Amino acid sequence: MISAPVSRGLSVYVTVACLVLMLPIVIVLILAFGHQGYLKFPPDSYSLRWFAAFFGDPRWQRALWSSVLIASIACVLATTLGFFAAYAFVRGDLRAKKLLLSFMLLPIIIPHVITAIAMYFLSGPLKLVGNVFWIGLCHATIALPIVLLILLSSLQGVDVNLERAALSLGSSRFGVFTKVVIPLAFPGILSSALFAFLASFDELIISLFLAGVRSETLPVRIWNSLHLQVEPVIAAVSAFLIGVTGVVLLLDALIRQARSARLATRAAR
Amino acid sequence: MNVNKARNFNSGTVFILPAVLLLALVFVAPLIWFFIQALKGIGSPADIASYAWTIVTSKAVTTALLTTNWISALVTLLVLVISYPLAYYLANTRDLRFTLVLFCIVVPYFTSIIVRTYSWMVLLGRNGIINNALLQIGLINEPLALLYTKTGVLIGMVYVLLPYMVLTLFATMKAIDPSLMRAARGLGAGSIYAFTRIYFPLSVHGVISGSLIVFILAIGFFITPALMGGPSDVMIAMLVERSVEIMFDWSGAAVMSLLLLAATMILYGIYYRVTDVRRMMGA
Repeated sequence: MISAPVSRGLSVYVTVACLVLMLPIVIVLILAFGHQGYLKFPPDSYSLRWFAAFFGDPRWQRALWSSVLIASIACVLATTLGFFAAYAFVRGDLRAKKLLLSFMLLPIIIPHVITAIAMYFLSGPLKLVGNVFWIGLCHATIALPIVLLILLSSLQGVDVNLERAALSLGSSRFGVFTKVVIPLAFPGILSSALFAFLASFDELIISLFLAGVRSETLPVRIWNSLHLQVEPVIAAVSAFLIGVTGVVLLLDALIRQARSARLATRAAR
Repeated sequence: MNVNKARNFNSGTVFILPAVLLLALVFVAPLIWFFIQALKGIGSPADIASYAWTIVTSKAVTTALLTTNWISALVTLLVLVISYPLAYYLANTRDLRFTLVLFCIVVPYFTSIIVRTYSWMVLLGRNGIINNALLQIGLINEPLALLYTKTGVLIGMVYVLLPYMVLTLFATMKAIDPSLMRAARGLGAGSIYAFTRIYFPLSVHGVISGSLIVFILAIGFFITPALMGGPSDVMIAMLVERSVEIMFDWSGAAVMSLLLLAATMILYGIYYRVTDVRRMMGA
């Protein structure tokens, strides 16, 4: 479609661009395994010293625990509510669907600083600063749009005729849900739950205002220490967060693969 | 009857209600409460207006607005120029190469912004990896000022926002029928002519949506400029955060937030008109 030299130039450009895109990620991963007490690249020797420092420090442990707890709450809430909302968008007779959807996507559009300050303003008098359930609830609002976007496309792949068939064969609305819709949409639900968890796990700005001293999350602790001095343990914590992202992306890829394999066997039958 | 029920499923409202309630109570209500209370603290409507005017015309805010617009525009342009060939390549490649390039875009996309910013700080610092490498090969004699400058902010923000643009452009380009380009070439058009007259116009839609979403996200940016910028690179979101965190000035924060919110909503309104919101994050 395009001439040979242009095509070669494009390949070179894309290769360089991809290397630059991966560079920061790879550098952090390498630094995290360095042994010396300051950041040096390439490290003189390698060890798990900074990972030991990360997992051995009770303050980091507490931050990790807060992060996991908050992200789990946000993930369960956003996935459950997001699933029903996405189902209503795909199957329901809703008026002004596009407008309603664009309203529900607002939490990722409105600058997080504004959202965070407004939530903080309310949290103070209500004594909610540092409350993990409240932070989880707040994070659920920014995870919800992500769940919606993923499940909208995934539910569109569920054949409405299967639901009609189940209903006409005497299944209840509840039965259709538990026996037809949820099993068919399950890969999408799982994917959206993974990304909802990640969205909360990596969130910084809302946590920064709402966490207080009690419930500092990993990103908040990274932020605080980046303001003071750059300790090498940050590289290990960052590598850990990259690892979590890697696991989520890997699981998502496996879910997609399983789904397409299932579709292929069904088509072959 | 039951068959009809499946098609005309009227309980849509019931199903969407919990999600709407969550947003109304935890997202919208705090915003409204904050704006009302913070502005009420100033006094009568006339007081509010004159106070807002003093804030908006103050040196700090006008400078921050200028910086915000300038940085956001530059970032959008840079992201567009860098992303276009990448998205084109993605849209016209399959199999292993496609997977590899997509991998290099998606992994940073889903990595925490604070981690991505930290890694650029390590790379660009005065004793950072890039300066050390350049000194070692003798290209420079003293370290370049990269971190805590506008250059640093630009690099960091371009890196964080690039995936949004690539994925938006990719979705548009994927829908362009490749036979159109072949037809143009077959009819004697040169490759540049065919690109500028056929391909680019067909991709303009993606260019506009991608630029809008990147610009919208850029004007509200906080983490990267706060960590990588110098004293003169204060963006409006940072000013909002500082007025609360350091000066406990809720009224000032509310006025600046309203300004940023208004700009965001106007741009989001345009975005809503020109694109399918379901495609927002490249989903």
